[in-house]
Amino acid sequence: MSAALLAVERLSMRFGGVTAVDDLSFVARAHAITAIIGPNGAGKTTVFNCLTGFYRPSAGQLRLQRASTALALERLADVHIARAGVVRTFQNIRLFPVMSVLENLIVAQHNTLMRASLYTFGGLLGLKSYRRAERAAVERARHWLERVGLIERADDPAGGLPYGDQRRLEIARAMCAQPILLCLDEPAAGLNPRDSAELAALLRDICNQERIGILLIEHDMRVVMDISDHVVVLDYGRKIAEGVPDAIRNDAAVIKAYLGEVDEAERA
Amino acid sequence: MTATAARKIPPWSARFKEALLAAVVAGVLAIPLIGLHAVDGAQGLGIDTRFGVVAIGASFVFVGRLLLSGIQQFRFANPFQPLAHGAARLRPLTRLLPWIGIGFAIALPFLPFANRYVIDVATTVLIYVMLGWGLNIVVGLAGLLDLGYVAFYAVGAYSYALLAINFDLSFWECLPLAGVFAGFMGVLLGFPVLRLRGDYLAIVTLGFGEIVRIILTNWQTLTGGPNGITGIPRPTFFGAPLTANPAEGVAAFHQLFGLEFSPIHRVMFLYFLILALALITNLFTLRIRRLPIGRAWEALREDEIACRALGISPRNTKLTAFGIGAMFGGFAGAFFATRQGFISPESFTFIESATIVAIVVLGGMGSQMGVVLAAAVLVLLPEFGREFAQYRMLVFGAAMVLIVAWRPQGLLAHREPTLRLPKKEAPS
Repeated sequence: MSAALLAVERLSMRFGGVTAVDDLSFVARAHAITAIIGPNGAGKTTVFNCLTGFYRPSAGQLRLQRASTALALERLADVHIARAGVVRTFQNIRLFPVMSVLENLIVAQHNTLMRASLYTFGGLLGLKSYRRAERAAVERARHWLERVGLIERADDPAGGLPYGDQRRLEIARAMCAQPILLCLDEPAAGLNPRDSAELAALLRDICNQERIGILLIEHDMRVVMDISDHVVVLDYGRKIAEGVPDAIRNDAAVIKAYLGEVDEAERA
Repeated sequence: MTATAARKIPPWSARFKEALLAAVVAGVLAIPLIGLHAVDGAQGLGIDTRFGVVAIGASFVFVGRLLLSGIQQFRFANPFQPLAHGAARLRPLTRLLPWIGIGFAIALPFLPFANRYVIDVATTVLIYVMLGWGLNIVVGLAGLLDLGYVAFYAVGAYSYALLAINFDLSFWECLPLAGVFAGFMGVLLGFPVLRLRGDYLAIVTLGFGEIVRIILTNWQTLTGGPNGITGIPRPTFFGAPLTANPAEGVAAFHQLFGLEFSPIHRVMFLYFLILALALITNLFTLRIRRLPIGRAWEALREDEIACRALGISPRNTKLTAFGIGAMFGGFAGAFFATRQGFISPESFTFIESATIVAIVVLGGMGSQMGVVLAAAVLVLLPEFGREFAQYRMLVFGAAMVLIVAWRPQGLLAHREPTLRLPKKEAPS
């Protein structure tokens, strides 16, 4: 079994009187796909927002294991979490719609290019080292465009792409930021069965070839069960089950949460 | 309710009702504005009524509204529209246009119809072009609506005036300092407004512009208050003054080149100076747009949350946009001070900020050629309209409304990607 990449320990998030995430602990491993599932409003996206620094958790620890050091994500701002290698996508796609597909992927490599351009000064002078870095960035973008099958649309505005292409572009953009943990918020939402099967294959490929961890929120059970190594089930902010997909499929608590309890009135 | 349904011409009864409503509203609004009229009577100031004029105005509104609602399909027969759709076909022209423009700008002072007045007006146009290009970085690229841009223009102008008078520095020494001061003010303004966006940002920056103007008016000991600063040194041609009688031992421009002295030399020199400054601004913007920071500005305009998720710091990105935009405002301000020889807070009122924002918005946010076109229109329109000086604002407003109705994206809004995917290199 691969090493723990992210350890979530007793994470809680409260908004006033509402507890969206309650005492949640789980581990996401490197080179593995960890899925978080649960009914609507279970707190899945809140976990993501805590993890990527968009919310500050009310309690608990989020430890990211980097090469040799552990980072306490709960103390970092969103920008620094992204720089540390936790990059996310959004449930409602957030591309830069007016910019071209290629530009979207170049923007994702901002911090690398910023250093290469000596914080703009070297870039203004047209340094060779910056031009080389930009070429490398374009090549990385080309690589990901080919992986997600958007190479033909490279120079078109991202906002003009069909919905499924936008979903894949957002994943490509996140990968261009060279994450060690890729967090995907419902990547298969709104996709037809063929597209979501392709997406599942792509995610499995990314996990195997790039050797990174993937954390996945998903409602499409076929995708989840096909590709996940580990599944965490949330309901009302609590973890109700955890395990390999096959175990989850047959878990009584999970079935109850998804299908609902047969209530007293019906039983009578 | 779809957009196409909304565009259909409504039935006569609905149009009639709508026109009637518009006429009533116009009539009520017009009563205090037009209907009441102060007259100089025997017992001092009296009030006269002109309800007839109000009625005429309201009936004009009625007829106009009735006609307008009938021709609403003019959105389809838009004279500007082919420009957007035929952008690909027009590409050779749009490539050539900037060069034609620069060529014309350089040749302008030597053309037969160029006199002092023409060059003066052209200089004013170029000041606004430069301010528009500077603000375009903040508004067009970074998407931060800054209604107080004139503050940086003022900081640049006062920096030059005070440095030149108190420390006897030349224009060329002051110019970078004016830019630095203005850029510093830009960053200073940027800090408190980091979390604001949209309307709130606009209001705070508007307030900032007014604060700077009021400080300039009230800090008598430094700025001379409402009297302003006079006797600001004129620029020199790299040390050679452009005057008829230079000081002892200094060769003036006309002596240096063996020309007959003519006051037009200075006007032409100022014109070329602002042309050079404006072109530098443009070159800088075109270049920085292709650098990571420029792309980050545009990404920030598109989606700040996505930027944060990719590790792009909104703080640094916004502050650099404010700072660099303000710096060019400062350069333009220094030029303004040396051209006028006199500055006062009067020159830096809100209407200036509004004009510059209008130039950027009318031109098409982020479009460099659009700024030139809009600046030319906004400066030249009042010049041509001098005979109807009373109606200048009316025409100005009407032009704005027409452009917003026809081309809400601006006169020339066509975005070229900052880089294209190069052809795959042959495997080596």
